[in-house]
Parts: sequence; structure tokens; C-alpha cells
Amino acid sequence: MTGWTLDEMAALAAGEIEDGACVNLGIGLPERVADHLPPGLEIVLHSENGILGMGPRPGAGQEDFDLINAGKKPVTLLAGGSYFHHADSFAMMRGGHIDLCIMGAFEVSMAGDLANWSSGADGVPAVGGAMDLAAGARRVRILTTHRTRQGAPKLVRAITLPATGRGVVDRVYSDLAILDPAGDRFLVRRLAPGVDMTMLAAATGAPVERRD
Amino acid sequence: MIDKRWPSAADALADVADGATVLIGGFGEAGTPTELIHALLDQGARGLTVVNNNAGNGEIGLAALIREGRVRRMICSYPRTSHCHVFNEFYRAGRIELELSPQGTLAERIRAGGAGIPAFYTPTAADTDLSAGKETRMFAGRLHVLEEAIQADLALIKAETADRWGNLIYRKAARNFGPVMATAARTTVVQVRRVVEPGDLDPEAIVTPGIFVHRVVAVTDPISEAAHLALLPRVGA
Repeated sequence: MTGWTLDEMAALAAGEIEDGACVNLGIGLPERVADHLPPGLEIVLHSENGILGMGPRPGAGQEDFDLINAGKKPVTLLAGGSYFHHADSFAMMRGGHIDLCIMGAFEVSMAGDLANWSSGADGVPAVGGAMDLAAGARRVRILTTHRTRQGAPKLVRAITLPATGRGVVDRVYSDLAILDPAGDRFLVRRLAPGVDMTMLAAATGAPVERRD
Repeated sequence: MIDKRWPSAADALADVADGATVLIGGFGEAGTPTELIHALLDQGARGLTVVNNNAGNGEIGLAALIREGRVRRMICSYPRTSHCHVFNEFYRAGRIELELSPQGTLAERIRAGGAGIPAFYTPTAADTDLSAGKETRMFAGRLHVLEEAIQADLALIKAETADRWGNLIYRKAARNFGPVMATAARTTVVQVRRVVEPGDLDPEAIVTPGIFVHRVVAVTDPISEAAHLALLPRVGA
């Protein structure tokens, strides 16, 4: 077995969240981080539609469609949680009050540029809260497979797809490694089981350097 | 005496003009004033500019308004949802204009509109395709984009309980855009499950003060979008 599974990646990202942090998890793969939050810590999940202290999905028959997450799926509220309107919710992001967000990506550049809102293809464009998080969250971390389904690298010298934000990403958790954009290269903080630097360099569209 | 109660949604929306700009609350099903949108459909106004986070789901509410060709232009952040086939069809056919705004910028543009602020600078979307053609300026060494406020003729929102002065409380995450949109329209119409007398709502708990609300319509048993969508085939993502 080479590399980490999606759940192992989510667990690694979850394991680096500190006690007391207010965290926004993007739709899709990042939602899995919620399933791996370290027990015993108080980590406050923010949902863009006006929730702090978001809890897990409710049991069957307990769904309440006035209590949904950014992906419009039913969730619950933990003790200490609160509701607020959209301008307050995005003031939390845009005003630098959200400690950390974890999003998916189409591309991340070695300068920390992020592309994750438009695949550049025809179709209906949609951005949601991605640009607000990219601009305003205190730290932006990315949870993504290292390559596209077609095998192209997602970690590149310069993004080719429309930017979500520039110079905003500070860490990437992929199935092959944990890497930090560092301007002219990616610094490799940790390699997944069975992955060496030669393999990683071949799978990455930018220079990589080991830096534990 | 102040009494903002209207006997029906049809009465409350009888005076909407063609070409009006309409703020519509809601995020997913939560907070979506489906019955008010259906009354607007029946009323017949056309050439509307609609501001909503999304662009309609399934075949009800905003999707039905688009289907009937009433919406000339959508201002939203995320038109691509699980059941957005009506908007998709109209957009691809060039029958509806789209102005895409980052969600927080959209909320802040509406907030600014309600607060008498004509425009503001934000770093969101700086140096991206969504700031093309907009004025920019450096603050503290960082690029910012000038975004203009949104003010509307009409806001349609949903709350849980109103009193006859128009004071509102909401339910859970159905609050979303309601309190912000209520401030930014010349006429704000709210549908609520329950109407009570002044004094019955705890003043410490009122979220939208009645000054921002003009017409209150009781809809005691609103349509469930989730139940409607469950009957549709799932298309796209």
C-alpha cells in the first residue's frame, strides 16, 4: 500500500488542529475532517450559513432542514453553539476571526496560489464562500489528492485555472505527503508510507525539498 | 396603531413593478420564502433582477420564477446546486444574465445597501477573474477591490415569528440572509409561521427590529423543498 487513504489524510489534517480553534471545513473531502477531530478538545466548527458549534449529522428521522451545513445537508448544534446572519458569518471569515479553513483544490502553486472555484470549462460558474475564506481565514489548508483523476499534478509551479486567492495556502495534505508552499518550491514535511522523494517529485509539478 | 399584517401573500405583492430588483432570502431550503415567490409568480411582474445566494432548486420557488421567464438577471454566489437544472437551461440558452459575487461580498454588498454605504473595499476576489474591470486600491500593502452596495425595491424573506409591528425572530440556520436583506429594500415582505402581539416577543431576542419590515404574511404550514426535491431525479452535482 502506497500513500494515505482519504480518511487517513483527513485524520492528519484533524490532528493538527489546536484546542479551541474555530474552523471552517469546505464541502466535499474536507467534511471528513469532522469525523476525525481529536477527542477531548473543544474545536468549534463554523458553517458559512450562520452556525458556530456545528455538530455531526443527526440520526435518521431527526433531520431538520432549518439546520443544515454549507452543503445543504442536515447537521446538529453542539452545546455552546450559536446562530447568526450571513453578514456576521462572513465577517467572521473576512475579518480574520476564523483560525483555520480546510478546503479542496484543483491546483495549488508553490507560491500558495489556490484554484478551486472554476475548472475553466464551459458551464455555470459558482464561487460560494471560497474566495472569502481564501482572503480572510487566518490559515488556509488544503486537503486533496496529489494528482487529478487523469494523473496530472495538482501541485504546480503556477496555477493555470482561475485563481481563488493568491499566496494564501500554507499547507497541503495529499495522499502522498504533507507539503508547505514556500515560494520557489514545496517543502515536504512528511511522506506517506511507501512514498519516497523520487516518487513525490515525479508526481509534483514543482520542485520539492524534504524539510522535516 | 401599527399593523403590518396583510391578509395574503397576493395582497402583499400586488404592487410589484416590472423591472424591480428583488432580494430573496434563504440558503438551501432554510429561510426560503417559497410562498411569497409563488405569489410574485402569480402577480406577473417581469424583467426582474433577483438577488439570492443560489439560483433556484427543483421546480418550485425561484426555479419556477425563472422557468416562467420572469427573471432577466441573477446576482448570486452559487448557482450550481444539486437541482439547478432550470437555471442551467436558461443560462446556457442565453435567456438569463448572471452576476457572480463571492458569498461574503454578496452579503456585505446587501448590508452596505441597508446601511447607506455606497461601496466598500475588500481583499476578497482581488487579482481574480471576479474582480476584472473593478477599481482596486492598496491598503496596508494588500490589494483590495471596490465593491458596490446592493439596494432593492423589494425583499422577500422568511422568519419564524413576527408581531404586528414587524419585529422578527428566526429559527436556527434559517436566519441566514433574512436580517441583512430586510434592511436593504424599500419594501420588505416577510412570511412567518406565527404572528403574535407586540410584547409577546422577548425584546432581548428580537433579531430584526420592525423598522426594517413593512408587510407580514402568515404562512403557517410552508412548502417543504426537501420533500419536493425527493420526488425529482438527481441531476448534476
